[in-house]
Amino acid sequence: MFSRAYRAAITVPPLVWVAVFLLVPYALLFCYSFWSVSPAQTIVHSWTLDNYRDLFRVNVYLQTLFRSMGIAARVMLFSLLLGYPLAYYLSFYAGARKELFYQLVIIPLWVSYLVRAYAWKTILGSDGVLNTLLQYVHLTRHPLDFLLYSPFAVVLTLTHIYTPFAFLPIYASLEHIPRNLVEASHDLGASPFQTFWRVIFPLSIPGVLAGATFAFVLSLGDFLAPLLLGGPSGIMISNIVVSLFGAAYNWPLGAAISLCMLLLVLALIYLSESLEKKWSFR
Amino acid sequence: MATTIEPTLARSANSGAQPLLSIRNIAKSFGQNPVLRDISLQIAEGEFLTILGESGSGKTTLLRIIAGFESATSGEIWMEDERLDVLPPYRRRVNTVFQHYALFPHLTVEENVGYGLRVAKLPKAETASRVEQALAMVKMTAYAKSKPAKISGGQQQRIALARALVNRPRLLLLDEPLSALDANLRRQMQVELKSLQREVGISFVFVTHDQEEAMVMSDRIALLRRGELEQIASPREIYGQPATAYTAQFIGHTNLLQGDVKGGVVRCHSLDWPVGLPDGPVLLSLRPENLRVVHAAVGSAGVNVVRFHGRVCHQAFHGSTELLQVECADGLKLSIRTATRENWQGDLELEFSPEDAVAVRKSEERT
Repeated sequence: MFSRAYRAAITVPPLVWVAVFLLVPYALLFCYSFWSVSPAQTIVHSWTLDNYRDLFRVNVYLQTLFRSMGIAARVMLFSLLLGYPLAYYLSFYAGARKELFYQLVIIPLWVSYLVRAYAWKTILGSDGVLNTLLQYVHLTRHPLDFLLYSPFAVVLTLTHIYTPFAFLPIYASLEHIPRNLVEASHDLGASPFQTFWRVIFPLSIPGVLAGATFAFVLSLGDFLAPLLLGGPSGIMISNIVVSLFGAAYNWPLGAAISLCMLLLVLALIYLSESLEKKWSFR
Repeated sequence: MATTIEPTLARSANSGAQPLLSIRNIAKSFGQNPVLRDISLQIAEGEFLTILGESGSGKTTLLRIIAGFESATSGEIWMEDERLDVLPPYRRRVNTVFQHYALFPHLTVEENVGYGLRVAKLPKAETASRVEQALAMVKMTAYAKSKPAKISGGQQQRIALARALVNRPRLLLLDEPLSALDANLRRQMQVELKSLQREVGISFVFVTHDQEEAMVMSDRIALLRRGELEQIASPREIYGQPATAYTAQFIGHTNLLQGDVKGGVVRCHSLDWPVGLPDGPVLLSLRPENLRVVHAAVGSAGVNVVRFHGRVCHQAFHGSTELLQVECADGLKLSIRTATRENWQGDLELEFSPEDAVAVRKSEERT
């Protein structure tokens, strides 16, 4: 239909973009992960598995990875617990207010991530909004110190930031459920509760899986929230990667950790997609 | 038309028993827009009632009110001694076959059919045997383990029917269930559905816009027009004795004649014949098949026929019959159904019996 030149003109630039900014960096990352650093702080370009050995031998890396997965899992859980009821309400009961509520969920996404993370800092800090309020109403005598610089703060902030990402695919899947299926269920004698568990929820599982994957993967790789609000106990794996590439100047180890994360995430996405396929019927 | 013997109707009429369902003065508006006005009708045990109407007549809304998916603005619905319209849909002993079947895509055929029994928490063994029977009834046993997406439209239709009937409802509602099927399958399903209904003896309320379908299947037809009940009668009666001009035109073809009655004689264009109607203007419905072509061999007119001449101006072949457009000397145009013949031409001598010209009420225009 289109001439060869035209097709080339529209397909080559994006392909070049992908190659230069995605494939080449990944290839470099892959190579680096098998190189090493000399005591004189230069990169030694000979192949070795030492980085991967270190990764599994040095406790702090694995521990941090597991902590990161724990935080990501909690963020995922809370995002689903918040996002699902909201999506369900909007899709089935909001009526004319649907559009308004939908916008209210979307608008925070336009606010800079950094601003939202800082906002939590001013809320949770020892002389922050929350502690001041608690002391003012005499619920506590001293500032609560677990609020900020803790895994709690990280989970709270990430949940706030990623709930819309869990909400959107769930909402989309609920909107796609033909309403006559709900009527058919009621018609066959199922109460609203039975209808939810036997019809609506099973048909929304692809959305739940997509939302869960978003929330988990995005928070697993997050480094700003732990940096700003995590404190020493709330450090996540990305912070370690950042410091390995920066202050520690150990690019090979950083690359090895990054590559492991990448594989983990790809495996999760693959798993989630194959489950989604199993649960979709159109 | 199938021969519809009406044992069920006769029974309910004779016994004077309470109707199964009675719809009392149901009205429904969406905002300022009235969709149903003052509908009252009764459905007998075991009856096959068709709600017929064109799109926008309110027929689906009426069905949805009976099922409980819509609430009426006013009026009541009673099932024997129980008031139905105040119950949520899942407490009504009524089941529905939906227009697009509404099978649950994540459940197998078997699980779909057993859905109502499972939510009612029937014992597993009973559920299994009733599902099996229901699948056998619609000849779908072989597909028990299939997902709905893997079976054809006609098969989905049968499953939707089995899924509703397995619950042994008092009343089955069917919302244009055959409209998505192609013509041949549709005719086959009409016959199957009707014989199934006789077999199970459950009352059916069937919604359709297809007058032919209504005639073939129903014990009675309720014709809706713009939210009002135009006429309710058996297929034979509604066809033979249409109450209004709209009914006469909607169900089958007809010729509507404007006439004037004076002293027991109606005059219509240049024709006249005796009638038992009061003086004044009158509207008459004369079916095309009640007009006959008089062949020269047949002698003079009988006592009780109206004879006249007309010129054929159009001919349409309908397979088993021929539909002619005939123009009389005074400008009167009539449709006539005759035996097939390659070439109907020229002047014809025509006749009809006066009793076939049925007086109908003018259907007033509403907005």
